[in-house]
Amino acid sequence: MSKFKKKTKAETNIPTSALPDIIFMLLFFFMVTTVLREQEILVEQKIPQATQLQKIQKKTLISYLYVGQPKNTSLYGSEPRIQANDVLINTSDIVLWVNQQKDNLSEAERDQIWISLKADRDVKMGPISDIQFELREADARKLMYASVGRVENN
Amino acid sequence: MGKRGRMSQEVNAGSMADIAFLLLIFFLVTTTIASDKGIMNILPPKQDPNEPPPEVDLNERNIFKISVNLNDQYFIEDEVRQNIDGLSDEVKRFILNFGNPDEDAVALFNSLPPSLRGMAEQSPESSDHPMSGGAVISIKTNRGTSYEKYLEVLDEVKKAYFEIYGERVGLTGEEYRTLSGQTAAEKELMDRGKENIPMAISIAEPDKIGN
Repeated sequence: MSKFKKKTKAETNIPTSALPDIIFMLLFFFMVTTVLREQEILVEQKIPQATQLQKIQKKTLISYLYVGQPKNTSLYGSEPRIQANDVLINTSDIVLWVNQQKDNLSEAERDQIWISLKADRDVKMGPISDIQFELREADARKLMYASVGRVENN
Repeated sequence: MGKRGRMSQEVNAGSMADIAFLLLIFFLVTTTIASDKGIMNILPPKQDPNEPPPEVDLNERNIFKISVNLNDQYFIEDEVRQNIDGLSDEVKRFILNFGNPDEDAVALFNSLPPSLRGMAEQSPESSDHPMSGGAVISIKTNRGTSYEKYLEVLDEVKKAYFEIYGERVGLTGEEYRTLSGQTAAEKELMDRGKENIPMAISIAEPDKIGN
């Protein structure tokens, strides 16, 4: 009888000493992959899919333009708008914005600026080509159409 | 004394997991896994309003015309298409046609690996040679075309080029595309791949009205 009692007592203790290690491992993973959102996105962002993706090595050279239908349609209307930093801008402001972005870079890197165009997949080509025209005006000709990977089915 | 020393040797680590959990949940919530990927495109330089754009005399046969109208229908070489399956192969064959090569283009042709040389159909109706001014892919859209369809087409054309570049240096298109160019060896591979075959993708100003 006493034998059984002893056994049951020993079983109740589950070793949890490795638990912090496991959790820390997960924690470090998420810490490394995290990019803190420094701005609120005011437009819809359903990024289109593509297969031939490339990566830009130097992240400091990238400036982002968000294009899409405003989330708050009662305030900004339902036509696609452009968001730069944390405000919605008009197409005519792009040149000014590009020059501000270029000023943030060092002298040598100024003409290597990349613009990452994060456009919603429902946007039409009209606004996109207007943006491209303005970027040519601003001499920021390196453009990246941000897209997410698609698994090829062949 | 001895008893106290022995007791303090065991640090209570039970709450460690809780602290770690708290941090973990914080990072889980704030995480957006970075996706700085996309399709790269170099825009043409801006036009001087006082100077008309330089007249480029290109033969009809040297332009591969792709257009997408406002109903998202494809017109490829003036032919209506419902989908663009196999477009990248057509583009590849167009680029490597070598219909009317000059001396430099013949030298280029001889430097290509056999698999690419085999694609040369030498059709007089297709491109002369893949060097600059020889084969141009033109993508035309309408202002009402959806951005998604435009990217799809651009994606296919890029794929054709990457496959050609990759095959020249013995890589697959995908391997070539992911070269970063950060080491000298990778840079050399990249340069060798695209040498004399420029990515000639012309993106025309979109149409304003129907069709």
